[in-house]
Amino acid sequence: MKEKMRRALILFATFFKIGAFTFGGGYAMIPLIQKEVVENKKWISDSDILDIIAIAESTPGPIAINSATFVGYKVAGVFGSFCATLGVVLPSFVVISIISVVLREFSSLAAVQFAFRGIRAGVLALILKALISMYKQCPKGAVSYVLMALAFVFAAFTEINVIFVLIGCAVFGLITSLTAARRAEK
Amino acid sequence: MIFLELFLTFFKIGLFTFGGGYAMLPLIQSEVQLKGWMSQSELVDFIAVSESTPGPFAINIATYVGSQTGGILGSVCATLGVVMPSFIVILIVARCYEKFKESRVVNGVLSGLRPAAIGLIGSAVLTAAATVFIPAEPAPFLEVITSYDFLCGAVIFAICLPLILNKKKKIHPILVIALAAALGIISGYAPLLFA
Repeated sequence: MKEKMRRALILFATFFKIGAFTFGGGYAMIPLIQKEVVENKKWISDSDILDIIAIAESTPGPIAINSATFVGYKVAGVFGSFCATLGVVLPSFVVISIISVVLREFSSLAAVQFAFRGIRAGVLALILKALISMYKQCPKGAVSYVLMALAFVFAAFTEINVIFVLIGCAVFGLITSLTAARRAEK
Repeated sequence: MIFLELFLTFFKIGLFTFGGGYAMLPLIQSEVQLKGWMSQSELVDFIAVSESTPGPFAINIATYVGSQTGGILGSVCATLGVVMPSFIVILIVARCYEKFKESRVVNGVLSGLRPAAIGLIGSAVLTAAATVFIPAEPAPFLEVITSYDFLCGAVIFAICLPLILNKKKKIHPILVIALAAALGIISGYAPLLFA
């Protein structure tokens, strides 16, 4: 029991560090998680961490939270996953809480408004890059292209809630892949 | 009850975020912008804030929207909401992940969601482009594309894009954002100098 508590505390500290030192979101965290959990702490084997990351990417929710919860569970059960998740969330929470007060105070300054006008053009470039690299990673095929186009059109040009678009795409992907598998079996 | 609403809204966002990052922007627009909790340009501005601060985008935006609409308790509720679906789903999957990995249903669903995420990021590109190039007050097309703001936006974008796409030397996004901010300030004050 004591050993479990100790591990849970170390989990909290480790994921707090990971949360505090990764800029730019979930994908940026993956190498850091690998280094801490596999190389430094030796909690999880090399092949297990690849499974964990693959599952974190394919379950709902942000990758950082998913992998923290998963690693925490493997190392110290449910309490471990709670500590790891709390650790990875806390730095963001504290920093953004402070920033949101600061933003409210300074957002009416002319210099700040000018800065954000420039920043928006930079953010546009960032999102475009994310689009390009996601596209490169995605398996291609007729079904994929149709779904990309449909999701784009519905999200960009209609008022339909994106949740329904996602559910529709999931169902469509499920049906086409199951029928393809059935045809292959025959 | 604003706190419950924040929790439920971000619970929904957490539940329907796949892969994370910018694919969730249209989802946030659907859920947060329509409720009036955040404007379109505020959302794009916040992307820059989130890139320049530690932590995942989902947590950052939940904390921010929560604190803007409901103070500290609001940010706790929103953050708890966005984390909860992950936590529950992973605790279930962790017990049987060999089965999960090989499940045909899971793989089928993912084969639909992966391309969908790309379509959603495409829509996020349009949103961001609109905040850069389309003025708040409607104006004739010719007047818009020859306006000073439009030209500044285009020039700053044209400077940032090759820096970001550069493969040889990786430049951190924070540096690009800082450069964009500096160019924004310069271009904002420049007309005042000549006036």
